[in-house]
Amino acid sequence: MTRKRKKAVTAEVPITTVVVMCLYVAGKAPNSVKAIANLKAICRRYMKDGYKLEIVDVCEHPRRALAAGVVVTPSLAKVSPAPSANLIGNLSDTGSVLAALGLNAETMQ
Amino acid sequence: MTAKKRVPTRFLSKVTTGVRGFDQLSRGGLPRNRTSLVMGGPGTGKTVFALQTLVNAASAQKQSGIFVAFEEAAEEIFANAATFGWGLPALSRKTLFFFDAQLSPSVVQSGDFDLTGMLAVLEAKKRELRAGWIVFDGIDVLLRLLQNPAGEMREIYRIRDWLAHNDLTAIITAKADGDSSKPLSYGFMQFMVDCVIRFDRRLEQEIPVRRLEITKYRGSDFAAGEFPLSFGPNGMEVAAPGTEIRHEASTERVSCGFEGLDSMLGGGLFRGSSTLVTGAPGTSKTTLAGQFAQSACLRGERTLFVSFDEGGERIRRNLTSVGIHLEPHVRSGLLHMYSGRTDVTNPEEHLIRIAALLLEHKPSCMVIDPLSAIGRTGALSAAGAIGNRLIYKVQDQRITSFITSLVDGEDPQAEATALQISTIADTWIHLSYLVRGGERNRALTIVKSRGTQHSNQVRELMLSAAGPKLADVYSSGGEVLMGTLRWEKEAEESARKLQRRAEFTHKRRELEFAEADIAARIAALQLDLERQRAELALYTRDSEAQHVSSGELKNEVRRLRSADAATTAAPTPGKRRAGHVSANSRKNGGGQERRHDP
Repeated sequence: MTRKRKKAVTAEVPITTVVVMCLYVAGKAPNSVKAIANLKAICRRYMKDGYKLEIVDVCEHPRRALAAGVVVTPSLAKVSPAPSANLIGNLSDTGSVLAALGLNAETMQ
Repeated sequence: MTAKKRVPTRFLSKVTTGVRGFDQLSRGGLPRNRTSLVMGGPGTGKTVFALQTLVNAASAQKQSGIFVAFEEAAEEIFANAATFGWGLPALSRKTLFFFDAQLSPSVVQSGDFDLTGMLAVLEAKKRELRAGWIVFDGIDVLLRLLQNPAGEMREIYRIRDWLAHNDLTAIITAKADGDSSKPLSYGFMQFMVDCVIRFDRRLEQEIPVRRLEITKYRGSDFAAGEFPLSFGPNGMEVAAPGTEIRHEASTERVSCGFEGLDSMLGGGLFRGSSTLVTGAPGTSKTTLAGQFAQSACLRGERTLFVSFDEGGERIRRNLTSVGIHLEPHVRSGLLHMYSGRTDVTNPEEHLIRIAALLLEHKPSCMVIDPLSAIGRTGALSAAGAIGNRLIYKVQDQRITSFITSLVDGEDPQAEATALQISTIADTWIHLSYLVRGGERNRALTIVKSRGTQHSNQVRELMLSAAGPKLADVYSSGGEVLMGTLRWEKEAEESARKLQRRAEFTHKRRELEFAEADIAARIAALQLDLERQRAELALYTRDSEAQHVSSGELKNEVRRLRSADAATTAAPTPGKRRAGHVSANSRKNGGGQERRHDP
């Protein structure tokens, strides 16, 4: 599997679980650009324990998107830990993103 | 994604859809490399229409296509479509690609999204398959998630630009509100696309009726109005009307099964004509139809027997009792019998099924028994229109048809007002009962027969194991005699004939006897005559002999006396007499011997 835009950031703290995510974007489409920015901001702020984010450009890797069942962009898939979750949209609503990823905004803060 | 400027094709080129009837309405199909919008309420047939078009493109035009399913799972659509005889499973993944664009219900939405990614995926797939067609089925489901009319419009324009850029012939289906009087929620979409087809489903007297209407077709003529559609074994079919009556007028006569009726019709039915047989229940309309079908099969013609509310097998069994055997023809494949139920199916559907059967079986003769059954369900006016359309369709295909219609009561005019098909039928035979002398007998009348000198007589129709038969009816004292009365009359007539024959024989014998008597008398007289003659001859000979001997005696005396003066004169009278006798004796047939005697 080719990962051209692999951006994995592993936190220094080893004890807690690492959130593995995959964000499917469509090139420089406004919503995709927004989604990358929004997600990165959320990760920085709420995922101190560590996260692994892969960003896939479906324009370049349509087969991957097809295999993953991506219909709309941007689309975020939480791969692990269970339960998995799927989000669509530019992730502008931080609350719903955190809820879907199973992160608690208050405790993380 | 950058949207290229759309370059319109110089001539509007069309691609057939393979939906029977639709290509006729749209004058050739959907616009090539353009987008068509299919809208309608739930269960109106949008998906089937789109899928059928795609399958047709794949199988008939060898063009691959992509089906993007927003509403149902791709597997479900595939499974549903497999029930139609399209050979969908045989079409490989290379020619038909199903893209499951259904969002899982657990998907969380956070903010605005777009279809750029999906279009990128589809574009890659399109290149891979070299697809010419694409269907977006139920796009409204996804767009509604945007909860933003401006966003929805943006995505639709995105799709439009993408389609134009990719030279794809597209069908977009979207739900319209059930109430067709309301303005459509995707009104702008109708302006954007080149062709708009509306599907509608409504109840007419508790029978669902599906209809289709082309509301817009840029740069093309199309048939205006709503047209009924239904689903047959081969998918969707639209009842498209022909515009012009172009029936060939054949002068060839086709037997309607038994001589009596043929001769009443001046030699039979014209090929390609329609015959309407009306009558009350039990007037043996089906028997006539069966006889017609049998004779067609015996001529080796492909025949279609459409019956309503009675199974084909039962009809065959019942007809066997009157000497009509259809079973062997069904087995040989010459005769196809189709039995439709009228309690649940609407008239349009019957029409479409019959049309499909006509294409499938390609009959040259057909029977519909009875057509009036389709008027039982749905609006009667609709049934009348169906009847008309059906007859036109049959006539268009030069099929000799035999259509029965049930009439309640004795008045044939009742039929004329009910279905109003009698005007377009070429021949109209009316069957009725005549009740007289404690009997109910079947009578057959030819109400009309176009272009044919036909009998104006009412005939009695008789059924027996040898088949139906027509009998002349007796009219006595201004009354038509049938059944036993006719039989009595016939018996009387034949008795009289017998008597006459006996009398004649008697007379002849008498005359023969008289003749023989006279002949006998003649013979007796003849015998008498002969006897008389014989007697006369005998007498003549005796007298001659006497005369000769007396002459000889005289000569002897003269010789003895040596007198020679009279010797030469004396025998002359004797010779003369001998000659005279010989003439007489020749007549008697025994005189010659006697002449030489002396």
